[in-house]
Amino acid sequence: MLRYLVKRVLQSVVTLIVISIVTFLLFFVAPASPARIMCGKNCDANTIASVEHRLGIDQPITTQYVNYMKGIFVGRTYGEGDFARRCPAPCLGYSFRSDEPVTDTLKRTVPVTISIVAGAAVVWLLIGISLGMVSALRRGTLFDKVAMGSALTFASMQVYFLGLIFLLIFVYSTKIMNFPRWVPPTENPAAWFKSMILPWITLGLLNSAIYARLSRAQMLETLSEDYVRTARAKGLPKRRVYLKHALRAALTPMVTIAGLDIGAALGGTVITETVFNLQGLGRTAVDSAVIWNMPVVMATVLLAAFFIVVMNVLVDMLYAVIDPRVRLS
Amino acid sequence: MSERDVRVGDTASRLGSGAGADGAYLQVRDLTVRFETEDGVVKAVTDMSFEVDRGKTLGIVGESGSGKSVTSLAILGLHNPKRTHTSGEILVGGRNIVGMDDEEIRRLRGRDMAMIFQDPLSSLHPFFKVGKQISEAYLIHHKSASGREAAKHAVDMLGRVGIPQPARRAEQYPHEFSGGMRQRAMIAMALVNDPDLLIADEPTTALDVTVQAQILDLLEDLQREFNSAIILITHDLGVVSQVADDVLVMYAGRAVERGTVEQVMRHPQHPYTWGLLASVPSLHGDAEADLVPIKGNPPSLINLPAGCSFHPRCRYADRNGRLSFEVVPELREADEVGHSAACHLSQADRTRLYEEDIASAGVAL
Repeated sequence: MLRYLVKRVLQSVVTLIVISIVTFLLFFVAPASPARIMCGKNCDANTIASVEHRLGIDQPITTQYVNYMKGIFVGRTYGEGDFARRCPAPCLGYSFRSDEPVTDTLKRTVPVTISIVAGAAVVWLLIGISLGMVSALRRGTLFDKVAMGSALTFASMQVYFLGLIFLLIFVYSTKIMNFPRWVPPTENPAAWFKSMILPWITLGLLNSAIYARLSRAQMLETLSEDYVRTARAKGLPKRRVYLKHALRAALTPMVTIAGLDIGAALGGTVITETVFNLQGLGRTAVDSAVIWNMPVVMATVLLAAFFIVVMNVLVDMLYAVIDPRVRLS
Repeated sequence: MSERDVRVGDTASRLGSGAGADGAYLQVRDLTVRFETEDGVVKAVTDMSFEVDRGKTLGIVGESGSGKSVTSLAILGLHNPKRTHTSGEILVGGRNIVGMDDEEIRRLRGRDMAMIFQDPLSSLHPFFKVGKQISEAYLIHHKSASGREAAKHAVDMLGRVGIPQPARRAEQYPHEFSGGMRQRAMIAMALVNDPDLLIADEPTTALDVTVQAQILDLLEDLQREFNSAIILITHDLGVVSQVADDVLVMYAGRAVERGTVEQVMRHPQHPYTWGLLASVPSLHGDAEADLVPIKGNPPSLINLPAGCSFHPRCRYADRNGRLSFEVVPELREADEVGHSAACHLSQADRTRLYEEDIASAGVAL
């Protein structure tokens, strides 16, 4: 088990290094020189050269890459003298646009995205899986048909549609809720919770539709397994057969999908963040890309990749915990 | 119906020597099972009657789709009541399973009657330890027992079914067991509550031939020890002749022949049984001689042929005018007491045809 774990972690480290090289190359060959953008229209070649020198982008790409990676672990200083900007570890670059280390930008935005995704994931897993399970157990009944019908309806909707409808109903018409405004949970947990409800429900409901259909199909398949018949032949009560023997097996594939979905969502829920005016990771990435703020874009791409890789490892570990057959290989 | 009523007057329908003085433990009467499907009603089992007493083994033989497994699942009450129509009587220790409340059947299941399935790998839950799966079966029917007692019981059972190092094995998962060991574990699980009735549905089909013999021996040993009634469902006549006391041959959901092993194997009465016997390879016969398959396919249970369901595949169907094509033959006493067959051929015809066409060709066993 431990060997398996170490192997998986090493594999993901290699994956991350490859991703970092590829993104670094992409931004290096990007047609926009950050120095030219920064110094505006009336810039001569000398100024650009000096700015490039200050940013360290006049060096060969390999040196730049090594410096970048070094910065992540020990931090680095951009520029010299009066212009020197200290970027402490973990340094993911320095945003001269907002005159702060990219890490500081991320520290503001990542908690927003994590808050949205964590809450929404709870909503979509709870609603999706329980709806799917009950539908499977009551296959063919009115409940099943209504549940699966609404799942299809929600699955075919978009965040910017459902989100706006919720805003219209709960904020503008009935005024039950206020427009979401980001409050860090450490500051005021109650206000944080209240402001996150709408984004959670919107993103959660949309995703739960897919989960309901998937878990229904999984559950139906599991219910026809021989070991479920064995469990019933033992004389176990139905509830125990369903909740212990069938659900556990039916959930295994859901773990993979949920892990990947959550990982991908952590990389940025741009539309949800935009609809509810929350400055999360995804929205920051888009904003930065528009103004060629390359250090921030590069860092968000890396971070998104990091989330997906980490979720993958987590999924593999969870799999090994759930399914003993995986532990051997 | 009370237990007393059941005992009265059922001696006539008793199978061979299987019944004791108190009436057989399992009595199935006129069992009919129908499934509603989109394509029509599946007549899975029709008018089945048989009995099995404690300490006796009934072999149910037939091709796939002949209703063997449907019968056994009906006895355990495992069919979905919404899509299944079951009529007749299934008396387990005097209690009628048909129409019984779900919760009541559940309490009998696993305690008074247990089942072993064909494929032990898919029948054991892949995510739970073998010991846990066995102790779970024990705990559910022994509410007052502690987890530790149940675990000890599980290890004991694993030892009794011949699994070496049972304490270590109980901590392993099904995929760490070999096929034979898995089936032993299944048997341990089925027997952990000392059931009076054990249904083994093709218990050796998925196993190596060498392991098959071991599992059959084990079942016989355990039957002696636990004195349970066993129903052995199989398509393998060799298995039946080895362990069964009585045999029931099923075709298209009906019993077409029944009697003791001696009677059915030595003087089979039904042309379908002849076909089954002729398709078994013989160790003593001519090695060059081809096996004789039964021509044709089993009928669709939605569209059963009129008359005798076997008539489209029967060489002798035209010997009684239109009888075989129009009238369903009833199970009637044949050459001896306790031996019956559902065939329109006259007794004399059957004896003669068997001697001339089948026995002379060299049937196995």
